[in-house]
Parts: sequence; C-alpha cells; structure tokens
Amino acid sequence: MVSPQDVSEQRQKKEIRDRWFLSAPALILILAASVGPLVIVLLYSFLAPGNYGDVKWEFSTEGWFNVLFSRDIFDDTVSLADAHFLIFWRSVKLAFATTIFCLIFGFPTAYFIATRAPHNRSLWLFLITIPFWTNMLIRTFAIQEVIRSEGIINTLLLKIGIISAPIQMMFTDFAIMLGMTYVFLPLMVLPLYASLEKLDFRLVEAGYDLYASRFGVLWRIVIPLVKPGIIAGSILVFVPALSSYVVPRVLGGGKNLMVGNLIELQFGQGRNWPLGAALSVTLVIIVLFAMLYYVRNASKSGGSAHG
Amino acid sequence: MTDTRTTAAHGGAIGLHGIKKWFGTFQAVDNVSLDIRSNEFFTLLGPSGCGKTTLLRMIAGFELPTEGQVLLDGVDISRLLPNQRPVNTVFQNYALFPHLTVAENIGFGLKMLGKPKSEIDSVVKDMLKLVHLDGRGNNPVTQLSGGQQQRVALARALAPRPKVLLLDEPLSALDLKLRKSMQMELKRLQLETGITFVFVTHDQEEALTMSDRIAVMSTGTVRQVGSPWDIYDRPAERFVADFIGETNFLEAEVISVSGEKARVRLSSGAEINATYPEGITPKGKVTIVVRPEHARLGSSGSGMLEGVLDDIVYLGTDNHFHVKVDGGSTFIVRQQNAKSGHCGFSEQERVSIAINDDVAQILRD
Repeated sequence: MVSPQDVSEQRQKKEIRDRWFLSAPALILILAASVGPLVIVLLYSFLAPGNYGDVKWEFSTEGWFNVLFSRDIFDDTVSLADAHFLIFWRSVKLAFATTIFCLIFGFPTAYFIATRAPHNRSLWLFLITIPFWTNMLIRTFAIQEVIRSEGIINTLLLKIGIISAPIQMMFTDFAIMLGMTYVFLPLMVLPLYASLEKLDFRLVEAGYDLYASRFGVLWRIVIPLVKPGIIAGSILVFVPALSSYVVPRVLGGGKNLMVGNLIELQFGQGRNWPLGAALSVTLVIIVLFAMLYYVRNASKSGGSAHG
Repeated sequence: MTDTRTTAAHGGAIGLHGIKKWFGTFQAVDNVSLDIRSNEFFTLLGPSGCGKTTLLRMIAGFELPTEGQVLLDGVDISRLLPNQRPVNTVFQNYALFPHLTVAENIGFGLKMLGKPKSEIDSVVKDMLKLVHLDGRGNNPVTQLSGGQQQRVALARALAPRPKVLLLDEPLSALDLKLRKSMQMELKRLQLETGITFVFVTHDQEEALTMSDRIAVMSTGTVRQVGSPWDIYDRPAERFVADFIGETNFLEAEVISVSGEKARVRLSSGAEINATYPEGITPKGKVTIVVRPEHARLGSSGSGMLEGVLDDIVYLGTDNHFHVKVDGGSTFIVRQQNAKSGHCGFSEQERVSIAINDDVAQILRD
C-alpha cells in the first residue's frame, strides 16, 4: 500500500533532486568562475616567491608579512609598510568619493529618465549605456585630452584669460576621481533607474498633498523607497572603483597608485606573486567588510517595514 | 475628537468658475462652473472619462486649469501648489507610504506642517480612534487589510484638518459589504468633522446614499446639480435619467402647462401630469421618464398603457416585469414582493400599466 503521505514525500524528494539538477549549471559556473580563482589566490598568498616571478611550492607567510611590514634589504630591520597603508587609504578614499559623486550625478539622471514617457525612456537608457560600447582605455584617454595641461579646459581658460598658467589636473587624485566617476556613472544610473521606475509616483503626489516641500518629498518619500537601488548602485560603483586599475594608471601617472596598480606591480616588475596574492585577498576582505557595514547601516536607518 | 470638531467646524466652500482643461488636443473638462457649499457632502458622479477626477485634481492642485478659477472661501487658489492648499485627498489606491507605520502615515501632514511632536501624537491618537484603529499605530501599513488601509488613508487626510477633503473613488477597491459599511462611516466622519467632502464616484448608488448634493457629469460637462432626490426623481435630461437607475422613456405630447406641472398625453391616449426641469416651457412632442417602481401592473384594460408581458425577472425582493407596450417600446415595471409565492402574472399575458400620480418627468431636449 502506498499512502498519500508516501507519495507526497516522494514527490518532495524528487523536487529537491530536480532543483539541484536544474541549478547545477549555475552552481558549476559560480564554483569555476568565482570560488576557484579565489582559492588559487589564497593558496598563492601562502607560498614563497620564485626568482623570476611565479611561486615556489613551499609554505611561507612572507607574502602576508610584506602586506603590513617592509624589511630593509641591507640590515633586515622591520618597519611598517607605510606605502601600502597610504595606497589602501587613497583607494578607499577615492572609491568612496567616486561613489558619492556618482550618486549626486546619477540620481537626478535616473529620476529624469524614470519620469519620461515610457516610450522615451529606452532612448535615454540607450544614451546612458553608449559609453559602455567604447573601450574603457580609450574613454580614459579622452578624459586625459580634456584635463591635461594643453587640453580643452586649460586651453579655453587660458584663451579667455581667466588663468595665466595651465592648472595641473593630470596626475592628481582629482583626475582619478573624475575619471572613475565618468566611467562608473552608468553602473549607478541603471540600478537607480530600476528602483525609480517601480516607484509609485502617486506617493509623490500624496506627499505634496500632505504639505511636504520638494525636498521633503525627496527626503522622506522618494529616497527611502528607492533605497534598494541606491545600495545596489553604490556597491556596483564602490567595488570596481576600489580595485580600479586603468583609470589611476592613465590619469594618476606613476605617483598616485591605487591598490589595483600596487597588485599589478607585484605580479609584474615586483616579481612577488605571494605579496600580490596577499594584497588581493586583503582587498577582498576590505570590500566584504565595507559592504557588510554599508548594507547593515543602510537597512537600519530606513523604515522597519520596507527594504 | 472634540478638538477636531471645534477647529474644523467650518468646512471650506469651493467655487469653480468656468473651468476648462485641455490635455494636448483632448478636452477633459469643458466650462464647468460649480458652487460647493461649506460643510456639504458633494459628489461628482459620472462614467469613467467624464472629467470628474480631473476636476478633483484641479481642486487639489495636481492639475492646473487651462482656463477658469478655483476659489476656496472666495480666495483664488487656482495657481497654488498642492502643498499650499488647505485641502487633502484620499486617493483611489490609498497611496499610503509603504515605508512608514500607520501612525507615521497619519502624522505625515502635521509633521510637514512643522507641528510639535506632542501635538502630532495626540492628533494621531484621536484619528486612530476616529477610524477605529486604536492600538494599530505601530503596525506597518503593508500588513493591513484593504478596509483598514482605506481608514488609514482617511485618517491621514483628515489629520491636518483640511478645509476640504477630496475623495477620489476611495471605495472602489473594497468588496460590497465593506463598501456599504464604509459609506456609512464616511457620512459619519463628514458630520462629525464638519469638513466639506468632495467625493468622486461612478457608482450611482454610492452617490445617492451619501451625498447632500450631486453633480452628474458627462464628457467634461456638468449635466445636472441637485439633491439625490432631484437627480433621481427629477432628471433634467436623458443622460442623467439613463445613468442613474433604471428608467422608462416614453414619447408624449404636451396638452397644457399650469404652474410647475404639465399635462401630457401618452401614445395610448391616456393623460398624466408630469413635472419639468427649470428653465424650459414644455410644448409639443416631449420625452418623459417614469421609474420602474413608479408604475403598477394590472390586468388588461385597467391602466394607461396596454401590452404583452414579455418577461418576468425575479430578484428576490422585487420582480421586474418587462412589458412590450402596444406600439413598440418596452416598459419595465418593478414591484416589491410583499407576499411570498407567485406574483400573479404569467408571461405572454396581456397586461396594462398604471403610472402613479406626479411621478413622470419631462426631459429637456
């Protein structure tokens, strides 16, 4: 005898099996593309550097040691690796500033698009995504063309006579931030748009009806309701900005390194793969903590029911 | 609650003067002039697309009239922003703020007006009591039922003590039973607060039940303004008569006019008295309306119109008798089932219809 309970239990088991089976492609992809490389990087960070790059297959904590400390090549005295802290600090600072600027420019842009007639929105979105079709390196060089000493801005200001000598904008933190804001702006606009598009604008009307000012409506109704979009956009901008490589390389010159450049240096000229791997893992950890902190705070300060 | 009553004892009077509203090439409102009195429950009634909601949105300030003026207590408010008008709206879909609690929703308007927290708290408490949601203040609005959300929306709009409360089909999303009880509730709130209510609906029964006065609208214009009784029993034109309730249209000829009544002859030759709308002097061929419940069915030869009983529709409380009147048209008679059992008539039988005294109304052309 097969009872209905047995049948439903069997069906449940089969369902679970099917679920695993159906999600297998995604799981394999995640394993191969995400977890796998991370494990390799983590493994390399605990190996000794080879003479011409690469690694020697022996356990060593030297890589991790070098993240925090530097050993003098002549007398082996140990001091804190100030340069690393400086570069990490600059990276966090610039990535944070980039996120803020992307939010400041991206929010009105997304709001503008979301409030257009539905058939016009796709055109605006299309315009926003056009820069994505161009190589990032080329876009970065284009920025250089605008801000370098003989570039558009300086030439114009000199011609008008506002300045007598070109303003040094290239190879500064400002240049890096400007470049990153430009490059990552669409990553902010798109999730913000996705949230704003779902926003019920009748709530905005209700806000005005209940005596809220424009700012009141923005602050108390729109922003709390599109918070998921703000969080998503901020993460999408902050994370790649933090590990940005091309932009600081081109616009920051050799002096203003960011973490991405520092890591590249270890795998290239530095020939210290374990240090590079350890720096990479450190970066991942920083990103993880920053995200945890941000998401927790963002959801706490909002309404209890939403988000 | 006494507080609410005393401070808002005088609801605002709304004056609409020659309002026109164009959306591109579409004219939504065409030259509407209305006076909504203080403390009145006023209903804008009409089918969808008649311009009633647009009119309401112009009073609220969400739309600006292309032409004309909106007056509140005699002051022109046509160009003021919504947040500058002492007028609040209950939205059709409630438009409650999903990220705020019940109490935060209700207190939102007062907070935006910069009222001190102690005052907001006490008003919110009063409002929760007023709409029977005591103790639900800290609930998220998303966890409330439709009827409860409706009451929060009402409380939110009433809390800042507006001079006029605008209601945009607020009951349309509720089921029949809830709608009935909310109708009584709205009427009670209007009486208790003394606030002028402007109510938009396409439901004629809702309008008749609650309103002090009704404006029937169609294609951007106001067709008739009057008490529910006026609108139902004395429709001025075919659209109004047709839109509200069931009705019978009859061709007739005016014989004489004396005072407020006219003597008309029906196609069968029978003569009856009929009232007529203000502003016209009926003469010649006219159309008159008779409500189904204002006529009686009798055996053949006893009434004013003769015909064949085509169909009997049993509705529980009533029977609807569809009579094919000699000469073509169908006349519906509605009779209450005062006794149980068979109504006494059978289909295809020859019957006659008697029209009660003083119930017929002549329509404007």
